Amino acid sequence: MADVAANPAARDAKTRSQSLSVSLQRRPNLIRAAAVILFFVLWEIFGRDMNPLFMTYPSAIAKAAWEVTVSGELLHATLASAVPFLIGLFISIFGGILIGVLIGQFWYFEYTLDPFINALYAIPRIALVPLIMLWAGLETSGKVSILVSIAIFPVIINTYAGIKDVRGSLLEIGRAYCATDTQLFLKIILPAAVPYIMAGIRLCVGLAIIGIVVAEFFTSISGLGGMIIHYSNSFSTAKVFVPIIVIGILGVAMTQAVMSIEKRLSRWRRLERERLG
Amino acid sequence: MAVAESARSRRPSAPVSAAPAAAPGQGIVSVVSAQKRFNARESAAESGKGSEKSFLVVDNVSFEVRRGELVTLLGPSGCGKTTLLRMVAGLLTVDSGTISIEGEKVNGPRRNCCMVFQNFGLLPWRTVMGNVEFALELDGVARKSRREVAAHYIELVGLQRFADHFPHELSGGMQQRVGIARALTRHPSVLLMDEPFGALDAQTREQLQDDFLEVWQRVGITVLFVTHSIDEALVLSDKVLVFSARPARIKCILESPLGTGERGNALRGNPEFTRRGLEIREMLKTEARSHG
Repeated sequence: MADVAANPAARDAKTRSQSLSVSLQRRPNLIRAAAVILFFVLWEIFGRDMNPLFMTYPSAIAKAAWEVTVSGELLHATLASAVPFLIGLFISIFGGILIGVLIGQFWYFEYTLDPFINALYAIPRIALVPLIMLWAGLETSGKVSILVSIAIFPVIINTYAGIKDVRGSLLEIGRAYCATDTQLFLKIILPAAVPYIMAGIRLCVGLAIIGIVVAEFFTSISGLGGMIIHYSNSFSTAKVFVPIIVIGILGVAMTQAVMSIEKRLSRWRRLERERLG
Repeated sequence: MAVAESARSRRPSAPVSAAPAAAPGQGIVSVVSAQKRFNARESAAESGKGSEKSFLVVDNVSFEVRRGELVTLLGPSGCGKTTLLRMVAGLLTVDSGTISIEGEKVNGPRRNCCMVFQNFGLLPWRTVMGNVEFALELDGVARKSRREVAAHYIELVGLQRFADHFPHELSGGMQQRVGIARALTRHPSVLLMDEPFGALDAQTREQLQDDFLEVWQRVGITVLFVTHSIDEALVLSDKVLVFSARPARIKCILESPLGTGERGNALRGNPEFTRRGLEIREMLKTEARSHG
């Protein structure tokens, strides 16, 4: 301390470097962007030296992206994936909530469906893909079935957990104020379970993206997943990256959208937790 | 009324002689030799099974509450007074004896008696407005008119600036004001309050007691109020029912403990307040000693 104080130049240097690190720490996005840019620059430089059969580099991907966009192939593939994806997501969310509510609310559904749900959940669903293809075919219905088999579980499980976790004191409010069973469900149990259900939906979206790609790998080779298979079979490595990037961007966008809805609907729970914690 | 009475007299479990203080009909709430047992294991037990393991929680309690009265049930923590209140609310059944409100036997929750809970009992996903209009929403009152009624009571408890806030953005005292406003929206015949200010700090508590007395005087409602605080009972009550420790039995009934119509925290300096407080404290102390 004493010698630092005695040497104003050293002290200045120290505070300057400290203030630089503090100001960088306060700008995480700047650092993130810099890291990503650095990554792409290095990839561009070193990627050119590698065998194009195995590796590619950013500007080649950009060129490939331009080609498949102009030819309309990318849009066509995206739309081809979107239809079974959206149908499957819809079924996973609403079917999952319905099943979760049934097993959460009625003991006979709980006891009868429980073994099947547990068994299906324990089996890696990819192991079932060949069977599902046999039963549901290679087209939209097959893809939707594969997607739902993968994505529905977090919704079921979270809805069930949310309903079972409703505090007795909340139910008592409804009973004391003479709520009917339907009112109890709609005005207390279901809203209390919403944060759980939304967390389940967020997981469901992530799994649905995996589900659609898996489905397109195994069934009729079409859509964005089909594009990946098609171009990697023909060693057009740069073109393989295009659908991967599109899937990544769409995935992040959808997860963010669900998260922002979740944040709004689960605000009360966050406030409650902050207050208690 | 006559129908209810004849129904009661037909019941073999209601001893006719057991209710000296309860002349049925004059009270808005009448409790006649109410009795309740809990099983040692599970408090939600129905009567009958496993009688050797069960223990008495409420023993032969009878009292009357007249219209417009504020009556407190005072007793040591865990003595069974909350159980008694929950039976009046219809959330628990009596094992024997009868409880009636406005001459009708209680056999489940009723719209004409509303509950204020110890831990406020608000729905955390609803705003203050949403919570206060909850009861009327259950009754199917149209949105516009229930909003009007709710706004009136929100103003009555002084929260008009917080109508859009969520419970967890409010202090405990404010949350309980919401609980009181919600209970009043149904214009119940009886307000049941289960240690409503027990979770609050001393200052907020006194503030709420005085504010509640003001609301109570303006609304003119019958109140049955559970507390373990001697001071609170003295400050609020027309009548204090002092309970013994488990099982809850009425030890004595104090009518107008501070003189007729006298109430509020302003009386804390009063010698009568101190004298009465010591008297009850002594009574509860001997109770605690005899139970070891």
